[in-house]
Amino acid sequence: MIQVKELSKYFGKKPVIQDVSVDVVPGKITSFIGPNGAGKSTLLSMVSRLLNADTGEVLLDKSDVRRWKSDDFAKRVSILKQSNYMNVRLTIRELVSFGRFPYSKGNLKPEDELKVDEAIQYMNLEEIQHNYLDELSGGQRQRAFIAMVIAQDTDYILLDEPLNNLDMKHSVQIMKILRKLVDELGKTVVIVLHDINFASVYSDHIVALKNGRVVKDGPTNDIINPDALKEIYDMDIPVQEQNGCRICVYFNS
Amino acid sequence: MRNRTKMLILLGLAVASILLYVFYGLNGNFHYAFPRRLIKVFAMSLTGIAIAYSTVVFQTITHNRILTPSVMGLDALYMMVQTFIFYFFGSMSIFVINAKYNFLLAVSAMVIFALIFYRVLFKEGKRPIYFLLLVGMIVGTFLGSVTTFFQVLIDPNEFLSLQSKMFASFNNVNSDLVWLAAVVIIITFIYGWRHMNQLDVMSLGRDTAINLGVPYDKLVQRMLILSSVLIAVSTALVGPITFFGLIVANLSYQYFKTYKHSVIIIGSCVMSIVALVGGQWMVERIFNFDTTLSVIINFVGGVYFIYLLLKESRSAG
Repeated sequence: MIQVKELSKYFGKKPVIQDVSVDVVPGKITSFIGPNGAGKSTLLSMVSRLLNADTGEVLLDKSDVRRWKSDDFAKRVSILKQSNYMNVRLTIRELVSFGRFPYSKGNLKPEDELKVDEAIQYMNLEEIQHNYLDELSGGQRQRAFIAMVIAQDTDYILLDEPLNNLDMKHSVQIMKILRKLVDELGKTVVIVLHDINFASVYSDHIVALKNGRVVKDGPTNDIINPDALKEIYDMDIPVQEQNGCRICVYFNS
Repeated sequence: MRNRTKMLILLGLAVASILLYVFYGLNGNFHYAFPRRLIKVFAMSLTGIAIAYSTVVFQTITHNRILTPSVMGLDALYMMVQTFIFYFFGSMSIFVINAKYNFLLAVSAMVIFALIFYRVLFKEGKRPIYFLLLVGMIVGTFLGSVTTFFQVLIDPNEFLSLQSKMFASFNNVNSDLVWLAAVVIIITFIYGWRHMNQLDVMSLGRDTAINLGVPYDKLVQRMLILSSVLIAVSTALVGPITFFGLIVANLSYQYFKTYKHSVIIIGSCVMSIVALVGGQWMVERIFNFDTTLSVIINFVGGVYFIYLLLKESRSAG
Protein backbone atom coordinates (compact mmCIF):
# COMPACT_ATOMS: atom_id res chain seq x y z
CA MET A 1 0.00 0.00 0.00
CA ILE A 2 1.39 3.42 -0.98
CA GLN A 3 0.30 6.37 1.12
CA VAL A 4 1.23 9.96 0.48
CA LYS A 5 1.04 12.12 3.58
CA GLU A 6 1.03 15.92 3.60
CA LEU A 7 3.67 16.11 0.91
CA SER A 8 5.07 19.48 -0.17
CA LYS A 9 7.74 20.42 -2.64
CA TYR A 10 9.15 23.83 -3.54
CA PHE A 11 11.23 24.73 -6.56
CA GLY A 12 13.03 27.73 -5.14
CA LYS A 13 10.25 29.64 -3.41
CA LYS A 14 7.54 28.44 -5.74
CA PRO A 15 5.37 25.68 -4.31
CA VAL A 16 4.84 22.87 -6.81
CA ILE A 17 3.13 20.45 -4.47
CA GLN A 18 1.39 21.62 -1.32
CA ASP A 19 0.04 19.41 1.43
CA VAL A 20 -0.90 16.54 -0.82
CA SER A 21 -2.28 13.40 0.81
CA VAL A 22 -3.32 10.49 -1.38
CA ASP A 23 -3.78 6.76 -0.84
CA VAL A 24 -3.08 4.54 -3.82
CA VAL A 25 -5.71 1.84 -4.01
CA PRO A 26 -4.03 -1.55 -4.57
CA GLY A 27 -5.06 -3.64 -7.55
CA LYS A 28 -6.49 -0.70 -9.49
CA ILE A 29 -5.45 1.83 -12.12
CA THR A 30 -5.19 5.27 -10.60
CA SER A 31 -4.80 8.25 -12.93
CA PHE A 32 -3.33 11.60 -11.98
CA ILE A 33 -4.97 14.28 -14.09
CA GLY A 34 -5.00 18.04 -14.09
CA PRO A 35 -3.88 21.08 -16.08
CA ASN A 36 -0.27 21.71 -17.09
CA GLY A 37 1.91 22.65 -14.14
CA ALA A 38 -0.44 21.12 -11.61
CA GLY A 39 2.42 19.04 -10.21
CA LYS A 40 1.36 15.61 -11.43
CA SER A 41 4.79 14.50 -12.61
CA THR A 42 6.48 16.01 -9.56
CA LEU A 43 4.16 14.05 -7.30
CA LEU A 44 4.89 10.84 -9.19
CA SER A 45 8.63 11.51 -9.00
CA MET A 46 8.42 11.90 -5.24
CA VAL A 47 6.37 8.74 -4.81
CA SER A 48 9.03 6.85 -6.74
CA ARG A 49 11.90 8.58 -4.83
CA LEU A 50 13.38 10.17 -7.96
CA LEU A 51 12.85 13.44 -6.13
CA ASN A 52 13.01 14.17 -2.42
CA ALA A 53 10.06 15.86 -0.79
CA ASP A 54 10.64 19.03 1.25
CA THR A 55 8.08 18.12 3.89
CA GLY A 56 5.74 15.21 4.39
CA GLU A 57 6.36 11.59 3.58
CA VAL A 58 5.57 8.78 1.19
CA LEU A 59 4.94 5.43 2.82
CA LEU A 60 5.26 2.04 1.18
CA ASP A 61 3.84 -0.59 3.51
CA LYS A 62 3.84 1.93 6.34
CA SER A 63 7.56 2.63 6.02
CA ASP A 64 9.07 5.82 4.54
CA VAL A 65 10.37 5.33 0.99
CA ARG A 66 13.60 7.03 1.92
CA ARG A 67 14.24 4.34 4.52
CA TRP A 68 13.79 1.47 2.07
CA LYS A 69 16.95 -0.16 0.74
CA SER A 70 17.14 0.91 -2.88
CA ASP A 71 17.13 -2.55 -4.39
CA ASP A 72 14.34 -3.80 -2.13
CA PHE A 73 12.27 -0.81 -3.15
CA ALA A 74 13.06 -1.54 -6.81
CA LYS A 75 11.51 -4.98 -6.36
CA ARG A 76 8.24 -3.42 -5.19
CA VAL A 77 7.81 -0.20 -7.16
CA SER A 78 8.88 0.68 -10.69
CA ILE A 79 8.72 4.04 -12.45
CA LEU A 80 8.84 4.95 -16.11
CA LYS A 81 9.44 8.60 -16.95
CA GLN A 82 8.39 10.29 -20.15
CA SER A 83 11.81 10.87 -21.64
CA ASN A 84 14.36 8.13 -21.54
CA TYR A 85 17.55 9.54 -22.94
CA MET A 86 20.36 7.03 -23.00
CA ASN A 87 24.03 7.21 -23.62
CA VAL A 88 24.36 3.65 -24.82
CA ARG A 89 23.11 1.65 -27.75
CA LEU A 90 21.00 -1.29 -26.60
CA THR A 91 18.80 -3.91 -28.17
CA ILE A 92 15.29 -4.42 -26.86
CA ARG A 93 16.31 -7.64 -25.16
CA GLU A 94 19.27 -6.00 -23.45
CA LEU A 95 17.03 -3.21 -22.18
CA VAL A 96 14.41 -5.63 -20.89
CA SER A 97 17.15 -7.66 -19.19
CA PHE A 98 18.07 -4.56 -17.21
CA GLY A 99 14.64 -4.90 -15.62
CA ARG A 100 16.03 -7.89 -13.72
CA PHE A 101 18.87 -5.84 -12.24
CA PRO A 102 17.34 -5.49 -8.75
CA TYR A 103 17.30 -9.28 -8.51
CA SER A 104 20.30 -10.43 -10.50
CA LYS A 105 22.69 -7.50 -10.00
CA GLY A 106 23.67 -7.84 -13.63
CA ASN A 107 24.38 -11.59 -13.78
CA LEU A 108 21.24 -13.12 -15.25
CA LYS A 109 20.21 -16.51 -13.94
CA PRO A 110 17.94 -18.89 -15.92
CA GLU A 111 14.84 -17.72 -14.02
CA ASP A 112 15.71 -14.12 -14.92
CA GLU A 113 15.97 -15.05 -18.60
CA LEU A 114 12.56 -16.65 -18.26
CA LYS A 115 11.07 -13.45 -16.86
CA VAL A 116 12.67 -11.49 -19.67
CA ASP A 117 11.17 -13.87 -22.23
CA GLU A 118 7.76 -13.50 -20.62
CA ALA A 119 7.93 -9.71 -20.58
CA ILE A 120 8.98 -9.58 -24.23
CA GLN A 121 6.17 -11.94 -25.14
CA TYR A 122 3.67 -9.94 -23.12
CA MET A 123 4.51 -6.80 -25.08
CA ASN A 124 4.59 -8.63 -28.45
CA LEU A 125 8.21 -7.80 -29.09
CA GLU A 126 9.60 -11.28 -29.86
CA GLU A 127 10.18 -10.59 -33.55
CA ILE A 128 12.15 -7.42 -32.99
CA GLN A 129 13.80 -8.27 -29.67
CA HIS A 130 17.29 -8.09 -31.18
CA ASN A 131 16.73 -4.74 -32.88
CA TYR A 132 18.42 -1.65 -31.48
CA LEU A 133 16.27 0.87 -29.66
CA ASP A 134 17.33 3.76 -31.89
CA GLU A 135 15.94 1.89 -34.90
CA LEU A 136 12.44 1.65 -33.42
CA SER A 137 9.34 3.78 -33.79
CA GLY A 138 8.03 5.72 -30.82
CA GLY A 139 5.38 3.14 -30.05
CA GLN A 140 7.80 0.21 -30.19
CA ARG A 141 10.25 2.08 -27.98
CA GLN A 142 7.58 2.78 -25.40
CA ARG A 143 6.57 -0.88 -25.46
CA ALA A 144 10.18 -1.91 -24.95
CA PHE A 145 10.44 0.29 -21.86
CA ILE A 146 7.19 -1.06 -20.49
CA ALA A 147 8.53 -4.58 -21.09
CA MET A 148 11.53 -3.66 -18.94
CA VAL A 149 9.19 -2.57 -16.16
CA ILE A 150 7.19 -5.80 -16.51
CA ALA A 151 10.41 -7.82 -16.23
CA GLN A 152 11.14 -5.87 -13.07
CA ASP A 153 8.02 -7.60 -11.72
CA THR A 154 6.91 -5.05 -9.15
CA ASP A 155 3.54 -4.78 -7.40
CA TYR A 156 3.35 -1.11 -8.23
CA ILE A 157 3.98 0.33 -11.68
CA LEU A 158 4.14 4.11 -12.00
CA LEU A 159 4.11 5.71 -15.44
CA ASP A 160 4.63 9.35 -16.30
CA GLU A 161 2.65 10.21 -19.43
CA PRO A 162 3.32 6.96 -21.29
CA LEU A 163 1.07 8.07 -24.15
CA ASN A 164 3.16 11.10 -25.02
CA ASN A 165 3.83 11.32 -28.77
CA LEU A 166 1.91 8.15 -29.52
CA ASP A 167 -0.86 7.90 -32.09
CA MET A 168 -4.37 6.64 -31.27
CA LYS A 169 -3.67 3.04 -32.13
CA HIS A 170 -0.55 2.78 -30.01
CA SER A 171 -2.11 4.71 -27.14
CA VAL A 172 -5.02 2.30 -27.01
CA GLN A 173 -2.62 -0.62 -27.26
CA ILE A 174 -0.61 0.62 -24.27
CA MET A 175 -3.69 1.35 -22.16
CA LYS A 176 -5.11 -2.11 -22.89
CA ILE A 177 -1.86 -3.68 -21.76
CA LEU A 178 -1.93 -1.68 -18.53
CA ARG A 179 -5.52 -2.77 -17.97
CA LYS A 180 -4.42 -6.38 -18.52
CA LEU A 181 -1.56 -5.99 -16.05
CA VAL A 182 -4.05 -4.96 -13.40
CA ASP A 183 -6.79 -7.44 -14.23
CA GLU A 184 -4.66 -10.51 -14.98
CA LEU A 185 -1.52 -10.07 -12.94
CA GLY A 186 -2.96 -8.11 -10.04
CA LYS A 187 -0.58 -5.16 -10.40
CA THR A 188 -1.30 -1.67 -9.19
CA VAL A 189 -0.82 1.00 -11.84
CA VAL A 190 -0.47 4.71 -11.21
CA ILE A 191 -0.35 6.81 -14.33
CA VAL A 192 -0.09 10.48 -15.22
CA LEU A 193 -2.41 11.22 -18.13
CA HIS A 194 -3.11 14.26 -20.22
CA ASP A 195 -5.98 12.93 -22.23
CA ILE A 196 -8.95 12.95 -19.90
CA ASN A 197 -10.85 10.43 -22.02
CA PHE A 198 -8.16 7.79 -21.60
CA ALA A 199 -8.38 8.42 -17.89
CA SER A 200 -12.14 8.10 -18.00
CA VAL A 201 -12.25 4.92 -20.04
CA TYR A 202 -9.39 2.95 -18.52
CA SER A 203 -8.88 3.99 -14.90
CA ASP A 204 -10.68 2.88 -11.77
CA HIS A 205 -9.69 5.79 -9.67
CA ILE A 206 -8.79 9.39 -10.47
CA VAL A 207 -6.78 11.94 -8.51
CA ALA A 208 -7.13 15.46 -9.90
CA LEU A 209 -4.48 18.05 -9.12
CA LYS A 210 -4.51 21.78 -9.62
CA ASN A 211 -1.87 24.30 -8.57
CA GLY A 212 -0.09 21.69 -6.49
CA ARG A 213 -3.13 20.61 -4.50
CA VAL A 214 -5.53 17.70 -4.78
CA VAL A 215 -8.90 19.06 -5.86
CA LYS A 216 -10.70 15.77 -6.46
CA ASP A 217 -9.94 12.22 -5.42
CA GLY A 218 -12.34 9.36 -5.99
CA PRO A 219 -13.69 6.63 -8.25
CA THR A 220 -13.69 7.54 -11.93
CA ASN A 221 -17.44 8.08 -12.16
CA ASP A 222 -17.37 10.67 -9.38
CA ILE A 223 -14.81 12.74 -11.25
CA ILE A 224 -15.96 12.47 -14.84
CA ASN A 225 -18.96 14.75 -14.65
CA PRO A 226 -19.36 18.37 -15.73
CA ASP A 227 -19.33 19.82 -12.21
CA ALA A 228 -16.13 18.19 -11.07
CA LEU A 229 -14.42 18.87 -14.40
CA LYS A 230 -15.38 22.52 -14.16
CA GLU A 231 -13.61 22.69 -10.83
CA ILE A 232 -10.47 21.00 -12.18
CA TYR A 233 -10.08 22.62 -15.59
CA ASP A 234 -12.20 25.80 -15.36
CA MET A 235 -14.02 24.67 -18.48
CA ASP A 236 -17.59 23.65 -19.13
CA ILE A 237 -17.11 20.16 -20.42
CA PRO A 238 -20.18 18.16 -21.50
CA VAL A 239 -19.92 14.46 -20.75
CA GLN A 240 -21.59 11.95 -23.04
CA GLU A 241 -22.18 8.28 -22.46
CA GLN A 242 -21.04 6.01 -25.30
CA ASN A 243 -21.15 2.19 -25.00
CA GLY A 244 -20.89 2.48 -21.26
CA CYS A 245 -17.90 4.84 -21.44
CA ARG A 246 -18.07 8.45 -20.36
CA ILE A 247 -16.52 10.68 -22.98
CA CYS A 248 -15.69 14.31 -22.35
CA VAL A 249 -16.35 16.49 -25.37
CA TYR A 250 -14.03 19.35 -24.56
CA PHE A 251 -12.97 20.34 -28.06
CA ASN A 252 -15.36 23.26 -28.53
CA SER A 253 -16.27 24.15 -24.99
CA MET B 1 31.90 -14.79 -28.06
CA ARG B 2 33.33 -12.45 -30.65
CA ASN B 3 34.26 -10.02 -27.93
CA ARG B 4 36.31 -12.75 -26.30
CA THR B 5 38.34 -13.16 -29.51
CA LYS B 6 38.82 -9.41 -29.71
CA MET B 7 40.01 -9.35 -26.11
CA LEU B 8 42.45 -12.18 -26.78
CA ILE B 9 43.89 -10.29 -29.77
CA LEU B 10 44.37 -7.23 -27.57
CA LEU B 11 45.99 -9.25 -24.82
CA GLY B 12 48.29 -10.82 -27.40
CA LEU B 13 49.30 -7.36 -28.60
CA ALA B 14 49.96 -6.25 -25.03
CA VAL B 15 52.14 -9.26 -24.28
CA ALA B 16 53.97 -8.78 -27.57
CA SER B 17 54.71 -5.11 -26.88
CA ILE B 18 55.87 -5.90 -23.36
CA LEU B 19 58.18 -8.67 -24.60
CA LEU B 20 59.47 -6.41 -27.35
CA TYR B 21 60.17 -3.63 -24.90
CA VAL B 22 61.85 -5.83 -22.31
CA PHE B 23 63.95 -8.04 -24.57
CA TYR B 24 64.71 -6.02 -27.71
CA GLY B 25 68.42 -5.15 -27.87
CA LEU B 26 69.13 -6.60 -24.46
CA ASN B 27 72.46 -8.08 -25.62
CA GLY B 28 74.94 -8.36 -22.80
CA ASN B 29 73.42 -5.87 -20.41
CA PHE B 30 71.03 -8.29 -18.82
CA HIS B 31 71.79 -7.60 -15.17
CA TYR B 32 71.75 -3.86 -15.65
CA ALA B 33 68.95 -3.31 -18.11
CA PHE B 34 66.51 -6.13 -17.41
CA PRO B 35 65.28 -5.09 -13.92
CA ARG B 36 65.13 -1.43 -14.98
CA ARG B 37 63.06 -2.24 -18.02
CA LEU B 38 60.74 -4.41 -15.95
CA ILE B 39 60.09 -1.56 -13.52
CA LYS B 40 59.39 0.81 -16.40
CA VAL B 41 56.97 -1.63 -18.00
CA PHE B 42 55.27 -2.06 -14.65
CA ALA B 43 54.97 1.71 -14.17
CA MET B 44 53.57 2.17 -17.67
CA SER B 45 51.01 -0.58 -17.18
CA LEU B 46 49.90 0.88 -13.86
CA THR B 47 49.55 4.36 -15.30
CA GLY B 48 47.71 3.04 -18.31
CA ILE B 49 45.27 1.08 -16.18
CA ALA B 50 44.64 3.94 -13.78
CA ILE B 51 43.97 6.46 -16.53
CA ALA B 52 41.85 4.18 -18.69
CA TYR B 53 39.74 3.06 -15.76
CA SER B 54 39.19 6.54 -14.33
CA THR B 55 38.32 7.97 -17.75
CA VAL B 56 35.69 5.35 -18.55
CA VAL B 57 34.12 5.79 -15.11
CA PHE B 58 34.20 9.57 -15.43
CA GLN B 59 32.59 9.47 -18.86
CA THR B 60 29.80 7.26 -17.57
CA ILE B 61 28.91 9.49 -14.63
CA THR B 62 29.00 12.61 -16.78
CA HIS B 63 27.17 10.91 -19.68
CA ASN B 64 29.71 12.38 -22.02
CA ARG B 65 32.27 10.59 -24.16
CA ILE B 66 34.52 13.52 -24.95
CA LEU B 67 35.40 14.47 -21.39
CA THR B 68 38.34 13.32 -19.35
CA PRO B 69 38.85 13.68 -15.60
CA SER B 70 41.38 16.42 -16.36
CA VAL B 71 38.49 18.91 -16.62
CA MET B 72 38.24 18.63 -12.84
CA GLY B 73 41.52 20.50 -12.64
CA LEU B 74 43.59 17.82 -10.94
CA ASP B 75 46.54 18.05 -13.34
CA ALA B 76 46.47 21.81 -12.98
CA LEU B 77 46.70 21.35 -9.23
CA TYR B 78 49.58 18.92 -9.68
CA MET B 79 51.49 21.50 -11.74
CA MET B 80 50.79 24.14 -9.12
CA VAL B 81 52.07 21.92 -6.31
CA GLN B 82 55.27 21.21 -8.25
CA THR B 83 55.75 24.87 -9.15
CA PHE B 84 55.25 25.95 -5.54
CA ILE B 85 57.77 23.39 -4.36
CA PHE B 86 60.35 24.75 -6.80
CA TYR B 87 59.47 28.35 -6.07
CA PHE B 88 59.45 28.19 -2.30
CA PHE B 89 61.92 25.39 -1.54
CA GLY B 90 64.10 25.29 -4.65
CA SER B 91 65.24 22.38 -6.79
CA MET B 92 67.64 21.20 -4.11
CA SER B 93 64.98 20.80 -1.44
CA ILE B 94 64.04 17.45 0.01
CA PHE B 95 60.66 17.61 -1.72
CA VAL B 96 62.37 17.49 -5.08
CA ILE B 97 65.30 15.23 -4.38
CA ASN B 98 63.37 12.63 -2.43
CA ALA B 99 60.89 11.26 -4.92
CA LYS B 100 58.83 9.65 -2.18
CA TYR B 101 58.14 12.94 -0.40
CA ASN B 102 57.31 14.57 -3.68
CA PHE B 103 54.93 11.77 -4.56
CA LEU B 104 53.16 11.75 -1.21
CA LEU B 105 52.85 15.52 -1.16
CA ALA B 106 51.39 15.63 -4.66
CA VAL B 107 48.99 12.74 -4.10
CA SER B 108 47.70 14.06 -0.79
CA ALA B 109 47.28 17.56 -2.19
CA MET B 110 45.21 16.25 -5.10
CA VAL B 111 43.10 13.85 -3.06
CA ILE B 112 42.40 16.42 -0.33
CA PHE B 113 41.53 19.02 -2.97
CA ALA B 114 39.14 16.61 -4.66
CA LEU B 115 37.47 15.63 -1.38
CA ILE B 116 36.97 19.23 -0.25
CA PHE B 117 35.77 20.16 -3.70
CA TYR B 118 33.12 17.42 -3.83
CA ARG B 119 32.13 17.95 -0.20
CA VAL B 120 31.46 21.64 -0.73
CA LEU B 121 29.63 21.18 -4.00
CA PHE B 122 27.52 18.21 -2.99
CA LYS B 123 26.65 19.68 0.41
CA GLU B 124 24.62 22.36 -1.33
CA GLY B 125 22.08 19.69 -2.13
CA LYS B 126 21.09 18.66 -5.57
CA ARG B 127 23.14 20.21 -8.28
CA PRO B 128 23.52 18.89 -11.79
CA ILE B 129 26.84 17.26 -12.47
CA TYR B 130 27.58 19.83 -15.17
CA PHE B 131 27.68 22.50 -12.49
CA LEU B 132 30.43 20.52 -10.83
CA LEU B 133 32.32 20.21 -14.12
CA LEU B 134 32.00 23.91 -14.81
CA VAL B 135 33.37 24.83 -11.40
CA GLY B 136 36.13 22.28 -11.88
CA MET B 137 37.09 23.84 -15.21
CA ILE B 138 37.14 27.35 -13.78
CA VAL B 139 39.17 26.30 -10.75
CA GLY B 140 41.53 24.40 -13.07
CA THR B 141 42.04 27.45 -15.26
CA PHE B 142 42.59 29.60 -12.20
CA LEU B 143 45.20 27.21 -10.80
CA GLY B 144 46.83 27.11 -14.23
CA SER B 145 47.11 30.89 -14.32
CA VAL B 146 48.56 31.04 -10.82
CA THR B 147 51.05 28.37 -11.84
CA THR B 148 52.12 30.30 -14.92
CA PHE B 149 52.51 33.43 -12.82
CA PHE B 150 54.90 31.70 -10.44
CA GLN B 151 56.77 30.01 -13.28
CA VAL B 152 57.52 33.43 -14.74
CA LEU B 153 58.98 34.56 -11.44
CA ILE B 154 61.09 31.47 -10.95
CA ASP B 155 64.84 31.37 -11.54
CA PRO B 156 65.52 30.14 -15.13
CA ASN B 157 67.74 27.30 -13.93
CA GLU B 158 65.12 26.13 -11.50
CA PHE B 159 62.54 26.37 -14.24
CA LEU B 160 64.56 23.99 -16.40
CA SER B 161 64.42 21.34 -13.73
CA LEU B 162 60.74 22.08 -13.12
CA GLN B 163 60.14 21.46 -16.79
CA SER B 164 60.94 17.79 -16.34
CA LYS B 165 57.85 17.57 -14.14
CA MET B 166 55.61 19.20 -16.71
CA PHE B 167 55.53 16.33 -19.15
CA ALA B 168 54.79 12.74 -18.40
CA SER B 169 57.93 10.70 -18.51
CA PHE B 170 58.72 7.08 -17.78
CA ASN B 171 62.46 7.53 -17.96
CA ASN B 172 63.13 8.05 -14.27
CA VAL B 173 60.46 6.12 -12.50
CA ASN B 174 61.31 5.40 -8.90
CA SER B 175 60.80 1.71 -8.17
CA ASP B 176 59.59 2.25 -4.56
CA LEU B 177 56.90 4.59 -5.83
CA VAL B 178 55.75 2.05 -8.38
CA TRP B 179 54.97 -0.43 -5.61
CA LEU B 180 53.21 2.20 -3.57
CA ALA B 181 51.11 3.24 -6.55
CA ALA B 182 50.41 -0.39 -7.38
CA VAL B 183 48.92 -0.98 -3.92
CA VAL B 184 46.64 2.05 -4.20
CA ILE B 185 45.51 1.17 -7.72
CA ILE B 186 44.83 -2.46 -6.85
CA ILE B 187 42.74 -1.43 -3.83
CA THR B 188 40.65 0.99 -5.89
CA PHE B 189 40.22 -1.66 -8.55
CA ILE B 190 38.95 -4.21 -6.04
CA TYR B 191 36.59 -1.62 -4.61
CA GLY B 192 35.41 -0.53 -8.03
CA TRP B 193 34.88 -4.05 -9.30
CA ARG B 194 31.84 -4.49 -7.07
CA HIS B 195 30.24 -1.47 -8.71
CA MET B 196 31.03 -2.52 -12.27
CA ASN B 197 27.51 -3.74 -13.09
CA GLN B 198 25.97 -0.69 -11.44
CA LEU B 199 27.92 1.45 -13.90
CA ASP B 200 26.09 -0.30 -16.74
CA VAL B 201 22.79 0.77 -15.20
CA MET B 202 24.05 4.29 -14.61
CA SER B 203 24.57 4.76 -18.32
CA LEU B 204 20.80 4.36 -18.77
CA GLY B 205 20.34 7.72 -17.08
CA ARG B 206 19.48 8.80 -13.55
CA ASP B 207 15.75 8.01 -13.57
CA THR B 208 16.09 4.52 -14.97
CA ALA B 209 19.05 3.78 -12.71
CA ILE B 210 17.14 4.78 -9.58
CA ASN B 211 14.15 2.82 -10.78
CA LEU B 212 16.37 -0.24 -11.00
CA GLY B 213 17.54 0.18 -7.44
CA VAL B 214 20.92 1.83 -7.99
CA PRO B 215 21.60 4.58 -5.42
CA TYR B 216 22.56 6.95 -8.21
CA ASP B 217 23.59 10.14 -6.41
CA LYS B 218 25.65 8.29 -3.82
CA LEU B 219 27.33 6.24 -6.52
CA VAL B 220 28.22 9.33 -8.55
CA GLN B 221 30.09 10.76 -5.57
CA ARG B 222 31.91 7.52 -4.86
CA MET B 223 32.92 7.07 -8.48
CA LEU B 224 34.15 10.67 -8.70
CA ILE B 225 36.37 10.10 -5.69
CA LEU B 226 37.57 6.79 -7.12
CA SER B 227 38.51 8.37 -10.41
CA SER B 228 40.23 11.29 -8.64
CA VAL B 229 42.35 8.93 -6.56
CA LEU B 230 43.41 7.04 -9.69
CA ILE B 231 44.27 10.25 -11.51
CA ALA B 232 46.16 11.61 -8.51
CA VAL B 233 48.28 8.48 -8.19
CA SER B 234 49.09 8.16 -11.87
CA THR B 235 49.82 11.87 -12.29
CA ALA B 236 52.13 11.93 -9.28
CA LEU B 237 53.87 8.83 -10.58
CA VAL B 238 54.74 9.95 -14.10
CA GLY B 239 53.29 13.43 -14.68
CA PRO B 240 50.17 14.80 -16.38
CA ILE B 241 49.01 12.41 -19.08
CA THR B 242 45.24 12.36 -18.58
CA PHE B 243 44.41 13.28 -22.16
CA PHE B 244 45.49 9.81 -23.09
CA GLY B 245 42.42 8.30 -21.39
CA LEU B 246 40.13 9.89 -23.95
CA ILE B 247 41.71 7.92 -26.76
CA VAL B 248 41.69 4.51 -25.15
CA ALA B 249 38.20 4.86 -23.68
CA ASN B 250 36.69 5.78 -27.04
CA LEU B 251 38.71 3.22 -28.95
CA SER B 252 37.48 0.61 -26.53
CA TYR B 253 33.85 1.63 -27.05
CA GLN B 254 34.31 1.50 -30.81
CA TYR B 255 36.19 -1.77 -30.76
CA PHE B 256 33.93 -3.75 -28.45
CA LYS B 257 30.52 -2.21 -29.24
CA THR B 258 28.99 -3.21 -25.93
CA TYR B 259 27.47 -1.44 -22.95
CA LYS B 260 29.15 -3.71 -20.41
CA HIS B 261 31.65 -1.75 -18.36
CA SER B 262 33.56 -4.83 -17.33
CA VAL B 263 34.48 -5.42 -21.00
CA ILE B 264 35.00 -1.74 -21.86
CA ILE B 265 37.19 -1.06 -18.85
CA ILE B 266 39.40 -4.12 -19.18
CA GLY B 267 39.65 -3.48 -22.92
CA SER B 268 40.69 0.11 -22.48
CA CYS B 269 43.22 -0.88 -19.78
CA VAL B 270 44.84 -3.41 -22.10
CA MET B 271 44.78 -0.89 -24.96
CA SER B 272 46.58 1.67 -22.87
CA ILE B 273 49.24 -0.86 -21.95
CA VAL B 274 49.77 -1.55 -25.65
CA ALA B 275 49.88 2.16 -26.46
CA LEU B 276 52.18 3.17 -23.62
CA VAL B 277 54.63 0.28 -23.78
CA GLY B 278 54.61 0.15 -27.57
CA GLY B 279 54.87 3.94 -27.77
CA GLN B 280 57.75 4.06 -25.32
CA TRP B 281 59.55 1.39 -27.31
CA MET B 282 59.20 3.53 -30.40
CA VAL B 283 60.44 6.59 -28.53
CA GLU B 284 63.48 4.75 -27.30
CA ARG B 285 64.43 2.57 -30.27
CA ILE B 286 63.09 4.44 -33.28
CA PHE B 287 63.27 8.09 -32.25
CA ASN B 288 66.31 7.52 -30.04
CA PHE B 289 64.85 9.64 -27.24
CA ASP B 290 64.53 12.61 -29.61
CA THR B 291 61.00 13.07 -28.37
CA THR B 292 58.95 12.07 -25.34
CA LEU B 293 56.03 9.73 -25.16
CA SER B 294 53.65 12.40 -23.91
CA VAL B 295 54.39 14.55 -26.96
CA ILE B 296 53.44 11.67 -29.22
CA ILE B 297 50.38 10.88 -27.14
CA ASN B 298 49.22 14.47 -27.11
CA PHE B 299 49.71 14.66 -30.87
CA VAL B 300 47.84 11.44 -31.63
CA GLY B 301 45.26 12.27 -28.96
CA GLY B 302 44.68 15.72 -30.36
CA VAL B 303 44.11 14.40 -33.86
CA TYR B 304 41.74 11.77 -32.54
CA PHE B 305 39.90 14.37 -30.44
CA ILE B 306 39.26 16.51 -33.52
CA TYR B 307 38.01 13.42 -35.35
CA LEU B 308 35.61 12.71 -32.46
CA LEU B 309 34.32 16.28 -32.46
CA LEU B 310 33.71 16.19 -36.20
CA LYS B 311 31.95 12.84 -35.92
CA GLU B 312 29.75 14.03 -33.03
CA SER B 313 28.75 17.20 -34.84
CA ARG B 314 27.90 15.22 -37.96
CA SER B 315 25.68 12.79 -36.06
CA ALA B 316 24.03 15.69 -34.21
CA GLY B 317 23.42 17.69 -37.35
